[in-house]
Amino acid sequence: MISNEHKKIAQQAMEFALKNGAQACRVNISASTNTSFEMRDTQLDRLEQASENGMSIELYVDGRYGSVSSNKLNKEDIERLIKNGIDATRFLAEDPFRKLPDPLRYYKGESPDLQLIDNKQNSILPDEKLTLAKSVINDVYGTDNRIISTESSYSDGDYFTYKITSNGFEGESGSTWYSLGGSVALKGEGDARPAGYWYESAIYFDLLNKTNIGKTALERGLKKLGQKKIKSGKYPMILDNLSSGRLLSPMINALSGGALQQKSSFLLDKLGEKIGSDKFTLIDNPHIVKASGARYFDYEGIATQKRTVYEKGILKTYFIDTYNALKMNTQPTISGASLLEMELGQKDFNRMLKDIKSGIYVTGFNGGNSNGTTGDFSFGIEGFLIENGELTQPINEMNITGNMVSLWANLAEVGNDPRLTSSWRIPSLLFNNVDFSGL
Amino acid sequence: MKYTRRNFLKLGGSAVLGAVMLPQFLQAHAPNSQEGIAAILSNFGVDKSDLQKVITAALEKGGDYADLFFENSFYNSLTLMDGAVNRASSSIDFGMGVRVLKGDQTGYAYVEDINLENMLKAARTASAIASGNTRKLSLSVNEKKFPAYYSAKNDWRDITIPQKAPYLQKLNDAIFKADTRVVKASVFLSDSTSIIMFYNSEGTFYTDYRPMVVLGANCTMEQEGKRESGAANRAYRHGFEFMTDDVVNLLAKESVDLTSKMFEAVKPDGGEIPVVMGAGGSGILLHEAIGHAFEADFNRKNISIFSDKLNKKVCDEHISVVDDGTIVNNRGAVSIDDEGAEGQKTYIVKDGILTSYLHDRISAKHYGVAPTGNGRRESFRNMPIPRMRVTYMENGNVSEQDIISSVKKGIYVKQFTNGQVNIGAGDFTFFVKLGYLIEDGKLTQPIKDINIIGNGPKALADITMVANNLELDNGGWTCGKDGQSCPVTQGMPSALVKKLTVGGK
Repeated sequence: MISNEHKKIAQQAMEFALKNGAQACRVNISASTNTSFEMRDTQLDRLEQASENGMSIELYVDGRYGSVSSNKLNKEDIERLIKNGIDATRFLAEDPFRKLPDPLRYYKGESPDLQLIDNKQNSILPDEKLTLAKSVINDVYGTDNRIISTESSYSDGDYFTYKITSNGFEGESGSTWYSLGGSVALKGEGDARPAGYWYESAIYFDLLNKTNIGKTALERGLKKLGQKKIKSGKYPMILDNLSSGRLLSPMINALSGGALQQKSSFLLDKLGEKIGSDKFTLIDNPHIVKASGARYFDYEGIATQKRTVYEKGILKTYFIDTYNALKMNTQPTISGASLLEMELGQKDFNRMLKDIKSGIYVTGFNGGNSNGTTGDFSFGIEGFLIENGELTQPINEMNITGNMVSLWANLAEVGNDPRLTSSWRIPSLLFNNVDFSGL
Repeated sequence: MKYTRRNFLKLGGSAVLGAVMLPQFLQAHAPNSQEGIAAILSNFGVDKSDLQKVITAALEKGGDYADLFFENSFYNSLTLMDGAVNRASSSIDFGMGVRVLKGDQTGYAYVEDINLENMLKAARTASAIASGNTRKLSLSVNEKKFPAYYSAKNDWRDITIPQKAPYLQKLNDAIFKADTRVVKASVFLSDSTSIIMFYNSEGTFYTDYRPMVVLGANCTMEQEGKRESGAANRAYRHGFEFMTDDVVNLLAKESVDLTSKMFEAVKPDGGEIPVVMGAGGSGILLHEAIGHAFEADFNRKNISIFSDKLNKKVCDEHISVVDDGTIVNNRGAVSIDDEGAEGQKTYIVKDGILTSYLHDRISAKHYGVAPTGNGRRESFRNMPIPRMRVTYMENGNVSEQDIISSVKKGIYVKQFTNGQVNIGAGDFTFFVKLGYLIEDGKLTQPIKDINIIGNGPKALADITMVANNLELDNGGWTCGKDGQSCPVTQGMPSALVKKLTVGGK
């Protein structure tokens, strides 16, 4: 929790900075706690507990910009930190684009509570947490002689932050979180020990799905047995809601003001242009209550709002903060996406799968990268061969390779099944004509 | 959640380096090892009897072993963008962690506000991993001496922005001067200084002084309406003496050469083909294909694909692979690990035989062997786990040219950005930023931005030729495992892998 003491520390830091040479500043203070219990087979393997604090101070000094941060929050250390920070900032080159935002753009603090804090957190006893971690193991332990090792983990925590600026912003945000997961290592062919995993997460303890986690991890692992690579070629590719976000990331990263300003974005000068297929409609919808990713303001204090990012494949917005907007002489928007929702299709994963005559279901990625400047990508994958709507062969050790723009132009179908616990609510997706390399 | 996927990320630019730095910070309360133990104890606001009290509390539920890890780190970052050195940041991190072991089990807690009361509370939290009775302890404090494999002639905390900034400016100017197609350049310098103090229930006490520097450049060029970017970095455990015109010129040349090659580069045909791993950066193959799978935590849990391979032949008998903490001033050097084991050089493969896993205290005890000095942690917030240091293959006996000439159709790869491995299944990948096609024994067209995927044991067994041109890649690598980042280096002589699956058309 942010205490009154935290607020006082932040306010005193701001006053001190302004009295000692900074003309403007932004102060952020954070406090978090977390606990975790990890089981390995029938034994508690790791127990961890922590709480921490930190403060960062952005300093605008004589047309220059520097920042300092520390987790030592006593007055003497903070004052020395700020003083040294101001002295150091004076050695920098001037940067006329470094300014606090126009206060009119700040979040004003009158909106309803986003309900991201579970007040129950402090009342959950360690034994209850341990029992949950054990339950994941008990699901599967000893049920199949191919199991080599079973691991599970229960963890929870909270994160709170308080922000003030010298031109009038004051805001507080926070969230609790819970996670329960498991992984099962299996005896495979030869020396291989393929593993399956599953996890659930939630903002509220009572909303955390606590059942079938071990079973799901085991099933996912067992399905992998007998993986092999298949012939290279162009295949339709389907992803489920656990992996689909991975291919969206480069399409979001390329919209950031920093990448655009440095000309290292493949979506530079593409606003209003058709980038993806007609099926690709994506909305940043930051104000959904009890939802991961929901927020009223960004790191600068700017009020978030609902924004269409892509509409029927047409790029509708960039994510540009105050600094990069001034540098590029354009209007700022928001520094980044909060809670992404996709316009949903009609079918869930299983029904989409049924309609695929021949293709590949990608269940996970292994390394790879995407070139932010050109959009060229290549990722390692594993998954299944699909024949006549059925998964017929587990596959691995293959790559997919292409360019982000042509990939999204080939988006053929969007599912109706996003994972609602994720801040990126991306459902199952089907892409045509993807280059797979294997044999 | 933490699973068996291990990420391995290269520091691609200032965006990745969160904490960048400022000048002459905080000497007031920042001793280094030369200042002696009294100054370090006082920096953390504790005395030796406090340490003994905290250890006693940590073991009061019957734990076998406990240690205390104190850290005070100073980070500075300086950035040049659009021609001006106009962004600086500094950060301080301060705290201590208490670890309690009971067999293979670990309890861990840490505090940022160091005082006896908070430390005792953390010790009691961590002690709960055990559930027994207090043992009688007699605790001495024995200072451990060890060889230092790094130092800083010029402590970063004494260096001001006016001393650093000209190097960034020179690097920027050299990039623009090198090629008229350059439209953007950015340069960053990150330095850090960590003061470490350690004490455990065996009475071992040590302090360590750990400097680090990363200098990096990014450039973007335009040609006929197309844009390409390239980056180059160097990282060492060095002080300000690292900054020279030579390193500036080297990074300018590397980033410009890489970017200009990208315009000519194509995607190869995808599929299984011979891959010649160029000297230096190709050490990523060792890190991913075998290094992680040799980390003893995965093996004691029997979840590594190499769990049954100790003392068995895993590759050609001419191949030896080392994980070495003793390379002076290297980014991966470890004078003493984060649980008291001295820095050392460990053969993990000797003459084709898997000779040692990489151990932390728990696994060394599990296997009944001496620790190898691989117990490392990201910070006081984390428990130590087995990590690599500088991982490389020793020289073979042919020339790189001999290897390339032997390949009719394949690729040659030289520069990489990141890799990953599934420890149990053995599938590993690395992402090739730049390489070349090999046609009829000659390097021809450049290739770029492709992923390569293989299986660890198979790839190791498929190394059929090793050249005599070992190089280390000092490009600022950071390895991720169990949510902890750790600085590492790897290296390799040029070598032929008979076949790997290459991404492409």
